[in-house]
Amino acid sequence: MSTSTEQFADVSATTLLRFATAGSVDDGKSTLVGRLLHDSKSVLTDQLEAVEHASRSRGQEAPDLALLTDGLRAEREQGITIDVAYRYFATPRRRFILADTPGHVQYTRNMVTGASTAELAVVLVDARNGVVEQTRRHAAVAALLRVPHVVLAVNKMDLVDYQEPVFAAIAEEFTTYASELGVPEITAIPISALAGDNVVEPSANMDWYGGPTVLEHLETVPVSHDLTACHARFPVQYVIRPQTAEHPDYRGYAGQIAAGAFRVGEEITVLPSGRKSTITGIDALGESVDIAWAPQSVTIRLADDIDISRGDLLAPSGDAPATSQDVEATVCHVADQPLAVGQRVLLKHTTRTVKAIVKDIPSRLTLDDLSQHPNPGQLVANDIGRVVVRTAEPLALDAYADSRRTGSFLLIDPADGTTLAAGMAGESFATTKAVAAVDEEEGWDF
Amino acid sequence: MTTVAHAHDTTDSPFALSHLDSLESEAVHIFREVAGEFERPVILFSGGKDSIVMLHLALKAFAPAPVPFTLLHVDTGHNFPEVIEYRDRVVAQHGLRLHVASVQEYIDAGKLRERPDGTRNPLQTVPLTEAIQQHRFDAVFGGGRRDEEKARAKERVFSLRDEFSQWDPRRQRPELWQLYNGRHAPGEHVRVFPLSNWTELDVWQYIAREGIELPEIYFAHEREVFARNGMWLTAGEWGGPKDTETVEKRLIRYRTVGDMSCTGAVDSDATTLDAVIAEIAASRLTERGATRADDKMSEAAMEDRKREGYF
Repeated sequence: MSTSTEQFADVSATTLLRFATAGSVDDGKSTLVGRLLHDSKSVLTDQLEAVEHASRSRGQEAPDLALLTDGLRAEREQGITIDVAYRYFATPRRRFILADTPGHVQYTRNMVTGASTAELAVVLVDARNGVVEQTRRHAAVAALLRVPHVVLAVNKMDLVDYQEPVFAAIAEEFTTYASELGVPEITAIPISALAGDNVVEPSANMDWYGGPTVLEHLETVPVSHDLTACHARFPVQYVIRPQTAEHPDYRGYAGQIAAGAFRVGEEITVLPSGRKSTITGIDALGESVDIAWAPQSVTIRLADDIDISRGDLLAPSGDAPATSQDVEATVCHVADQPLAVGQRVLLKHTTRTVKAIVKDIPSRLTLDDLSQHPNPGQLVANDIGRVVVRTAEPLALDAYADSRRTGSFLLIDPADGTTLAAGMAGESFATTKAVAAVDEEEGWDF
Repeated sequence: MTTVAHAHDTTDSPFALSHLDSLESEAVHIFREVAGEFERPVILFSGGKDSIVMLHLALKAFAPAPVPFTLLHVDTGHNFPEVIEYRDRVVAQHGLRLHVASVQEYIDAGKLRERPDGTRNPLQTVPLTEAIQQHRFDAVFGGGRRDEEKARAKERVFSLRDEFSQWDPRRQRPELWQLYNGRHAPGEHVRVFPLSNWTELDVWQYIAREGIELPEIYFAHEREVFARNGMWLTAGEWGGPKDTETVEKRLIRYRTVGDMSCTGAVDSDATTLDAVIAEIAASRLTERGATRADDKMSEAAMEDRKREGYF
């Protein structure tokens, strides 16, 4: 078997970017995903043959690239994407995990699923239609989930004669809207997924555009946070106590660092108990280290033999979160059964699951126009709303704005275990004074 | 005007994790979540590379304590001897407990019928699901990866199965952040896939980085094989070759390890990990496309088997 240096270069790619795509049904999302996979040589011969075979047997002339990503019988039968699919591809510069999310309104919860772990979201727009309701909805979900980077891909530029003013107007409108929602970084790129303009290769048809191609942007967007700006958080997953002849006294707290960094010698506070101790050792999967950071899975050893179990949170004593039994949050309702005021639920936050009761649902957001409806009484599938929850035990919850990992939680139905809602503690969108003014104007005050 | 702000490459950040470290950290997190939340977890262990990597990750996740899980091998009866030897050696080396669910025993007892094509992979589902019920396993780790197959691309990391082990892709729980919901009713269980986000190349790179030992059949060696449906199969008591098929000696290796009747070898001279990685990186065929006959049975073969309880 021969090896070309170009393909072999994949092996040296080091960093990983998780991103999600969002777009309406006919915006060309499948074509874009197909081209990214195809042009990065991630569609292999047998997969392409399978697609060609399936397309032919359906009477289609050209291979339908959507069949690459629509993996379920029901999806292929109906020609729509029902559920999130995860795709993997690599270039010499980076590896990618793509959450390919459905565009249908009724699958908003699946976009929430895809966006929850994404560092970047690609929102697709048809250049002929410009910013539409669904575009605003996708931007709002990305803002709500605090996806750090948003790419506006203005697709089908070939159908508007590659005109700069068309792109500029859409980019302007979207950027203004998304900035108001608090999206920190927006990159607009004019593309034609079908013709291949600015997806992987720079377009010869749009020499007025001086920015990166979609792939180039994906390869270079920063993925690591500035740890000095993050509050260090360590949810305890599991206590490791071998009690063997070789390790009679070993007691370590296993977990994945949720945010920031921890150092040997640092004083920590255990929440919710409030007890203090000092880190005497950090074992990073077999190696003893002096410092470890998110999202490393490590085992932390402490100077004092204090009562710590799964569900506790370690934080630097000088920077520990407050604990509370009253949670105010925005939730995205993801189940078919509703969530109502007075309902008893379970709340899962990091490694801790506690009993809780829904005290209030002050408002429900309509993503179409971002209008707010007060006191809806209940939330149903795909609703996004504000909730007030009282928990049976105190939680060390951060604002979701500060930490996606320690500011997020699930509401679970205690009867059958169904995941009811995805919760984000604190304010929902990044709020600035400028947004407050828009809030009044638009009639919503999330 | 194009952008509000422009990104710059910051991969030189001292806190950036390599992609292998990210995947390892995520998988370890998943193992520990299961240890923290379930009563009777088990790791499906075939002696294939994915389950070997799973076991390696589990060993690291709980060190210096032993792995708090038992192992389960669904034995088709059509095994490569090198793989069974490897399996038993690893189990002894780490002081693990191994359960074996035997397809052959089910056939001998008349509870399963041999298929005309001699393929036993689809026959694994019944012994697997019955072993889960019999031992009351509530979490079952599988080495399935989403890059393997289009139905698997839709699979959750925590996949709830009913008392019949059935997978219903339309009734999957949304999976948000790293908050895995493993709640289940008595009789139900959760299939857990710590390698969901790994690709075949990731697995090989990780094996090389960690210096993990593998059964020899993953490396190029001379073997007597015969061609069937475009694949090189090893002759054996399972029913090959037929009269019309001729055996020849070739330099081959295996990309996957499974039932001998449907796991094909590829022509290869890769005798080292580096050579295998170079070969995988250059291959224009997927792992399953190159070596698995059972996935070619129909367009939705994997989805259908998963619905019935296959892993």
